[in-house]
Amino acid sequence: MKLELRKVSLEYQMRRSQQSILALQDVSFGVDTGELVAILGPSGCGKTSLLYVIAGLLPATRGEIRIDELPVNQPGHNRATVFQSAALLPWRTVLRNVTYGLEIQNHSLSQSKEMARSLIHLVGLTGFEDSYPRELSGGMQQRVNLARALATSPDVLLMDEPLSNLDAQMRELMQLEIQRIWLETRKTILYVTHSIDEAVFLADRVIVMTARPGTVKTIVPIDLPRPRILGHKKNPNFHRLQNLLWDLTEEEFIKLGEPGSEMIK
Amino acid sequence: MNNPSTRVSKSNGLRGFIQKYESTILASSAALAFLLLWEILPNLGLINPFFTSSPSRILTAAQWLFNHGFWNDILVSLKEFAAGIGLAILFSIPIGLMLGWYRRLNAMFEPFITMLNATPRVALLPLIILWLGIGIESKIAAVFLGAFFPLVVNVMAGVRTVDETLLKCARSFGANDQQVFKTLVIPTCVPFIVAGMRLGLGRGLVGVVVGEMLASTAGVGHMMSLASSSFQIDKMFFGLVLLAGFGYILTELLKRLEKRFNSWRS
Repeated sequence: MKLELRKVSLEYQMRRSQQSILALQDVSFGVDTGELVAILGPSGCGKTSLLYVIAGLLPATRGEIRIDELPVNQPGHNRATVFQSAALLPWRTVLRNVTYGLEIQNHSLSQSKEMARSLIHLVGLTGFEDSYPRELSGGMQQRVNLARALATSPDVLLMDEPLSNLDAQMRELMQLEIQRIWLETRKTILYVTHSIDEAVFLADRVIVMTARPGTVKTIVPIDLPRPRILGHKKNPNFHRLQNLLWDLTEEEFIKLGEPGSEMIK
Repeated sequence: MNNPSTRVSKSNGLRGFIQKYESTILASSAALAFLLLWEILPNLGLINPFFTSSPSRILTAAQWLFNHGFWNDILVSLKEFAAGIGLAILFSIPIGLMLGWYRRLNAMFEPFITMLNATPRVALLPLIILWLGIGIESKIAAVFLGAFFPLVVNVMAGVRTVDETLLKCARSFGANDQQVFKTLVIPTCVPFIVAGMRLGLGRGLVGVVVGEMLASTAGVGHMMSLASSSFQIDKMFFGLVLLAGFGYILTELLKRLEKRFNSWRS
């Protein structure tokens, strides 16, 4: 087991009311080496918080996170995060954005640049090394975001809804690209998403989260052959899994109590 | 946006030249016309040159001044200005970064900074002259006080605009405070520093001139104050021309600096 969570809980204080809110409760699961696992849940279920806890950006209130059997509780070189918004430094070129993590981790600039160039090639951005982020499309910015995370050679890659800000067609294309890059690198990936379609297309297994307090509702294995192509989304198997996940997340979504949600069933 | 370079490529010769330098030509002809009127109107007796002087009179005054040790005045003023601005930049950037970044420091010192920034600096000059004398030091302090506060206030405001997600990204790679400052906070603050310089340089210039006029033994402001008390309008005007020119050059240099640091924006 590469990544293991044991009864991880996260509680935080509301600033004003002094009330404490339980965001995550006893989350336990494991991710195998080279596996791509998606975390699926309604918004507000704490899936992004969970990712930040694993990244070491938020301290877990209780429980334990282990990578290769060693406990982690702060940011470290064995993990890297791909953020929802590309989070690129606007004053840096693509190349220097990709070297950013390596520079922070005190690698020499020439070494970092060499590494960055090979990753820019991997994510399909050769020729854009000297462009600035604002010159790139949303999809290209996310490729840079991904390359920057991969550059530090993490054991576990944490991805936080990386495609949610893209338009529909770009999202489909990037799903293919993420699969390709994952098949080439065989990284261990934890992929947070609210998109059922994305989870079924990309993941080996899908962890369905409950509404707040977020915990593991169930884990659904996705037994579709690889490499998956966009055409597979029309197959009955794909639909069966999609429907299964729909039903599971629907129950949780209704619990959120959005006005009108009682009409879903 | 008009792009002069693409228009020039279509036409050549004089027309092309005129098109390319249109704004420069317009600006210099307007200035030339103004200078001509300034020269001619007093000579026609339409206005009294005792109050308005004229370009040729100013030139004569300049010649006289430079033959009588005016270089020293310019040097003194430049020294005061450069030292004051230099010190202001040196102190305001680290102090502004600290006050912007650390919540408790901010709570302690922000009221001071706001109050002093709102006080007219000229009102402090008599006190400064009492403390530091009529030499170069009091003027350095005047320039410093003029430039320091707008810079500090701007840097503090800049720190608060640092992007939350970029901060998370830096932390996720394990960045320490020093690395966060170097790679995120300072680059974010650069446009704010330049904007603060724009204000600070202007106020620093006010500091030099007013300080010298109030109490000094040398400097451009000192010369102007002397000339004024002895009705030597031509010399006063030359001082004004020098100050205006200096201010213009500073503004242009700042524009260059801004362009250099904002290349990733345009």
